[in-house]
Amino acid sequence: MFDVVSFIPRAVMQSIPLLFGSIGETLTEKSGNLNLGIPGVMYVGGICGVIGAFFYEQSCGGAANMNGFLALAIPLLCCLLGSLVMGLIYCFLTVTLRANQNVTGLAMTTFGVGFGNFFGGSLIKISGLDVPSIALSATSGFFSRHLAIADRLGWFGKIFLSYGFLAYLAILIAFVSAYILRRTRVGLQLRAVGENPATADAAGINITRYKYLATCLGCMIAGLGGLYYVMDYACGIWSNDAFGDRGWLAIALVIFTIWRPNVSVWASILFGGLYILYLYIPTGSAGLAMKELYKMLPYLVTIIVLIISSMRNKRENQPPAGLGLAYFREDR
Amino acid sequence: MNKQKTPLMHISKRAALPWYISWGIRAAAIILALIVCAIITTALTGLNPLAVYGTMLEGAFGTPRKLWILGQNIAILLCISLALTPAFRMRFWNIGGEGQVLAGALATAACMILLGEKIPNWLLIIIMVGASIATGAIWGVIPAIFKAKWNTNETLFTLMMNYVATQLVAFFVIVWEVPKGSGKIGIIHQNSMAGWLPQIGSYKYLLNILIVAVICVLMYFYLNYTKHGYEISVVGESERTARYVGIKTERVIIRTMLLSGALCGVAGLLLVGGTDHTVTTTIAGGRGFTGVMVAWLAKFNPIFMIFASFLLVFLDRGAQEITTIFGLNQSFGDILTGVILFFIIGSEFFISYKLNFRKREKEVQENV
Repeated sequence: MFDVVSFIPRAVMQSIPLLFGSIGETLTEKSGNLNLGIPGVMYVGGICGVIGAFFYEQSCGGAANMNGFLALAIPLLCCLLGSLVMGLIYCFLTVTLRANQNVTGLAMTTFGVGFGNFFGGSLIKISGLDVPSIALSATSGFFSRHLAIADRLGWFGKIFLSYGFLAYLAILIAFVSAYILRRTRVGLQLRAVGENPATADAAGINITRYKYLATCLGCMIAGLGGLYYVMDYACGIWSNDAFGDRGWLAIALVIFTIWRPNVSVWASILFGGLYILYLYIPTGSAGLAMKELYKMLPYLVTIIVLIISSMRNKRENQPPAGLGLAYFREDR
Repeated sequence: MNKQKTPLMHISKRAALPWYISWGIRAAAIILALIVCAIITTALTGLNPLAVYGTMLEGAFGTPRKLWILGQNIAILLCISLALTPAFRMRFWNIGGEGQVLAGALATAACMILLGEKIPNWLLIIIMVGASIATGAIWGVIPAIFKAKWNTNETLFTLMMNYVATQLVAFFVIVWEVPKGSGKIGIIHQNSMAGWLPQIGSYKYLLNILIVAVICVLMYFYLNYTKHGYEISVVGESERTARYVGIKTERVIIRTMLLSGALCGVAGLLLVGGTDHTVTTTIAGGRGFTGVMVAWLAKFNPIFMIFASFLLVFLDRGAQEITTIFGLNQSFGDILTGVILFFIIGSEFFISYKLNFRKREKEVQENV
């Protein structure tokens, strides 16, 4: 019998990093920047949080001495700062220096994944501390703490209330950014920048400022996805390459939702479910091979959505028209 | 007096620079990047940066074996970059090199496993060549058809195709795994060497290097001296112009991606048939993405690509040496590569644009 009550929470846990990544990438793409560096940014966000938490835990010397607020604030701040720096690098290269976005993005991914794995593997050696491995279970405890009431509410508590605060933050950010994009002047201007920067420029919108703001904010949100993965999903244990291809899946999700963060909320749960569906399929040697095919599903579905939306050619379902192009005022 | 504020500087496009200045700017960027890398290395390891670079050179060129590995890695990376180039020249962002290489590699491995030791070796190798090229081409042409017909975004499409290919390989690895339950295929036909590409003399990697060198020269002529190459450039510069002069852009897009995918398939063939004799999901090792950067760094010129891929492979090999000697994590090389790429990417700005600083009041008045 398919166990829905245990399946849904796992799918949601799996979906939160994707959700963070896809909201960040949606905001970025709406400003006309195709940031293929998101996988790298998520790694950097995760590892920066780990570095912050690692030194804080070491300086406290035990979970008992840790201040709950600081234990949350330090990794969060480090994560946001790290992802912000990545965002600034990307913006400086593509907006100020007008470099090619695909190449810059791929370089960012190389750099970010390398940065994450390097510090994940060498943090102990560099810090010179005598600990066997990076296991931040105390910090993770603070991140994954959920309402005590959840345990008493049976299946309802398990499905809706059993997550750490970052999960709810992700959903909140998704709805807020969807509202800003669709219903506010700032959102309208941002979309204008992504659709046709020359027109937006003529209308007096500061292109550079919008691109910087949207991309840096997008990177910071995406970085939180990396932090959630390490601190909550992986229980504070960093292992190299464990984050895997979730960053690319987040980019796929952006297309799948046709650039709408509010749709991302349920779409990411769907993707998270597809990602772990194989765990619920009868195993055996044939099942083991089939599970690899099931992992293909999110990508296939994304391709199909991409094809259908380009075939139907409805104007509101298209990628931002200026996506991937650098804007130079004197160009025609 | 005019009270209007002039900005400190403004940017304008440059006319083409003489080649020695543009390459000088790039060289300066690389030197700056190496200095920054040295600072990072010293900060993290406390070592003398010159010693570290010495170790890197040692790691890349130290022994004949290391030299051959360097050559082999350059060959594969160059092959993938060359494959991507025609597509990039027509502004078709094929970042699906990874998937196309995997598709080619999978087809090669499939031929080796299913047909090996059953048919004569020469026939097997011919079938392998055909199958890998065909599969790579198919993998490349699927996004191209949709791009040509419905203008589907090719960057995102090819990106997704990578992961479809990865999972397909993962599926077949489990189907064919030897021994059962190990999760990998292992060396195919270790004893009979059926389907292994022939070795020239005692040099294991020479054949790969020679094949890629030939492809490189052919690609140079194809892009610069043939009608096809010209059509690709026109489509890349302006699709409307191309249509106006009667070039069938759909056909050019599909034809070029067939070629691009086919060459990626060749890279897969060389990897499986020539060196690894097995297939894994990581056999392309991110080189589909690195190839994008190589092609772009070389301004899509096949000859410059040799140097660009040399630079990236050298960094990678050198960094591996540092990590083994100094006991660091092997991802250190990726950080260095990233920093150097950032600098080179940034330097392109100074080649194509010019900064005009605000003139002093006096000069302005004199000019008036």
